[in-house]
Amino acid sequence: MRFKTVTSPHVLADRSVGQVMRRVLYAMTPGIVALVWFFGWGVLINLALATVVALVAEAAVLTVRGKPLALYLGDYSAVTTAWLLAVALPPLAPWWLTTIGVVSAIVIAKHLYGGLGYNPFNPAMVGYVVLLISFPREMSAWLIPYGVGQPHALGLLDTLRIIMGGTGGITLDGLTGATPLDVLRTKLGLGLTVTEIRNSPVFGIVAGHGWEWATLGFLAGGLWLVFTRTAAWQIPVGMLGGLALIATIFHLVDPLRYAPPWFQVWSGAAIYGAFFIATDPVTASTTARGRLIYGAGIGVLVYIIRSFGGYPDGVAFAVLLMNIAAPTIDLYTQPRVFGARSG
Amino acid sequence: MTPPFPFHGGLKTVRHKTESNRETILPGSVPERLVVPLRQHVGAIAKPLVQAGDRVLKGQMIGQPDGYVSAAVHAPTSGRVVAVDQQPVPHPSGLPDWCVTIESDGQDRWIERTPVDYQRMHPSDLRNFVRNAGVVGLGGAVFPSAVKMNLSGHCERLEQLILNGAECEPWMTCDDLIMRERAVEIVAGIHILAHLLQPREVLIGIEDDKPEAIAAMNAACSGTGYQVRPVPTRYPSGGAKQLTKLLTNKEAPVNGRSTDIGVQCFNVATAYTLHRAVAHGEPVISRIVTVTGHIAQPRNIDALLGSSFADLIARCGGYREGVERLIMGGPMMGFAMHSDGVPVTKATNCILAVGADALVEPPVMPCIRCGDCVEVCPANLLPQQLYWHARAKEFDKIQDYHLFSCIECGCCSYVCPSHIPLVQYYRYAKNEIWALEKEKQRAELARRRHQARMERLEREQREREAKLRQKAPPRAASPLDGATAGPSPAEPASAAPASIAVNVERSE
Repeated sequence: MRFKTVTSPHVLADRSVGQVMRRVLYAMTPGIVALVWFFGWGVLINLALATVVALVAEAAVLTVRGKPLALYLGDYSAVTTAWLLAVALPPLAPWWLTTIGVVSAIVIAKHLYGGLGYNPFNPAMVGYVVLLISFPREMSAWLIPYGVGQPHALGLLDTLRIIMGGTGGITLDGLTGATPLDVLRTKLGLGLTVTEIRNSPVFGIVAGHGWEWATLGFLAGGLWLVFTRTAAWQIPVGMLGGLALIATIFHLVDPLRYAPPWFQVWSGAAIYGAFFIATDPVTASTTARGRLIYGAGIGVLVYIIRSFGGYPDGVAFAVLLMNIAAPTIDLYTQPRVFGARSG
Repeated sequence: MTPPFPFHGGLKTVRHKTESNRETILPGSVPERLVVPLRQHVGAIAKPLVQAGDRVLKGQMIGQPDGYVSAAVHAPTSGRVVAVDQQPVPHPSGLPDWCVTIESDGQDRWIERTPVDYQRMHPSDLRNFVRNAGVVGLGGAVFPSAVKMNLSGHCERLEQLILNGAECEPWMTCDDLIMRERAVEIVAGIHILAHLLQPREVLIGIEDDKPEAIAAMNAACSGTGYQVRPVPTRYPSGGAKQLTKLLTNKEAPVNGRSTDIGVQCFNVATAYTLHRAVAHGEPVISRIVTVTGHIAQPRNIDALLGSSFADLIARCGGYREGVERLIMGGPMMGFAMHSDGVPVTKATNCILAVGADALVEPPVMPCIRCGDCVEVCPANLLPQQLYWHARAKEFDKIQDYHLFSCIECGCCSYVCPSHIPLVQYYRYAKNEIWALEKEKQRAELARRRHQARMERLEREQREREAKLRQKAPPRAASPLDGATAGPSPAEPASAAPASIAVNVERSE
């Protein structure tokens, strides 16, 4: 009998890129549910819109590049990018904002750099930063956390109408407000202390009211990602550790001016970024020690941008800055090869 | 820390051991025709001692070891040599190699067997005996054992002698069965190794999924001081380096040998054949082969070397429906055969038939740098970087990432979510680098030859000119002469040839 020959190994684990990406989507669900609860239908509409735009953009570029459509659309990487970005957008973001962000992420940040596996920068964060710099007003119009089932909640149709450009006779100013981190930085600028500011109704038990529950959801999903080894534990540990460490130092030096570490860790996109954004394997460091350093670098940069920079939160910038450092970190954190002398 | 000392990485793979280890070892039959390759070991191919038409007896040497790293090859049964030519052999290249084809006479008559008393033999005589008995590593690497039985100054005295019975590859059970059924003879073989190498301790490493083998070896070892050490079932615990680490916490240095750290490692089946050779005068003419997978009755067979794969598969009831791939070795490191018309060699530890249902060939996606390969790599390499540089043909950089520490265990390919055939890239890169090295050596040789030739021509030219000048009386140079003549006539011509010749010698 004659047989086909291929090289070993002849067995493979039951894994795929699509499986990895799908797990990220599953892990986002608890956080998304919390966001919908507090911020309304807009979150879901953004997600749906981003998904459609991402798939269309991905399909268009793949066609131009002559790549097999079914194979690459089925890897869920475009959907993952879309979700990661959409969750970070204001719940009433106009449709064109979401579209521009997703197209920037997929077409420019992903495919113009070579497509899946080749992009040096986190596509979702490139899309986010493009929007943040180009449309600061739209990007800061976050809803006050009264969501589905809560008093004053916007209905599904009203939300859709607002996102598609109409106002439907609703005055947006009454619905939107600054994010907790925005409030913190503005009021700190007015000379108030952290303790005084924390008494504002924007804040809940640990961090922002409503926000803190979304954070809890993302933490749960993130821990599941780490537990299933879909995400490397070193990155969130490094990032949150770095953030907590530098926050503790500043807090101890001047507790009136610098918020405590638990507030910093639980606020803004720190948890979400640590488990979902920084862990994007393509753009992160790949060695064990490198991942700790990479994560810690993001954590420290987040704190610096939050405390001293021009933006209320710095996860996106911090991640992009460390993305470019990842190859160098990898080079200097190679593990000791079996049989090599230590050191 | 107490043993076992875990090595980095590794995998829990599928096992599939019970398919073939429930039945005892099936005694081999004598096929009508045996094709015995002359290269069944690492090193120089054995020199044929027979030609077509010769009659041979069972156990008669038909291939002589050629040089230090080589081993003898023997007739597996009595009969007539019908050909000494190139035949298909089980090798990844699929290229034919030199073989002795023997037609069995059905009598299976032994040559006169001469056991030796190893305790009274000079070590080098014993090693020679072992080389002439064709004893090689039966774990699959087939390195001549005689070479490993010589410490050759790498260490003063052996610290640990390790017997490898880990058998970590899925499906394979030949070592399991030989330990269950022939433990006493394995231990007798260990006595010979211990006598020659004088180790401080003898450790026998067996994966803990083989309780029967562990029990049998424990019983056989009682009173000897040899220690049977179960190790966790984790692929590739049976790699010599990994097993050494597990049992001793020592790592063989990069580019070094295990004897540098006072360790030498032999497969358990090798110890068995060593005992048969020394105590019974039987050279290596058979080995235990696991025939398993998509086979009617998977089993271990004590097969004569040179039997065809098809013979063995037929003895196990033949293929089941829909066999797509035939592998020699295990699924992690074995290689696929073009056909089952190849002979069993000393390297054939397992014949694995794989059905279409068990084969998945998912499409290859780009590397997403997830780093799962880094986590499982037992050599602690960065497989994704190796892949990157292999793809880009950056053969300098890939060596900075220690390509040659890769043991090709396949763990990285196994876990890769993008299904990249990583090991294939490393093999490719290694081969390219070896080819480049050879090319460089050839070019260097050619360059030196060319240089020597040019110098010789130059020297001869000058000598000729000097002679001409000595013969011809000095005369006024014409313009034409001036263009071709070398040194001007005013120079002292007589001294020139000698000094030039000296210079040429020195410049080489």
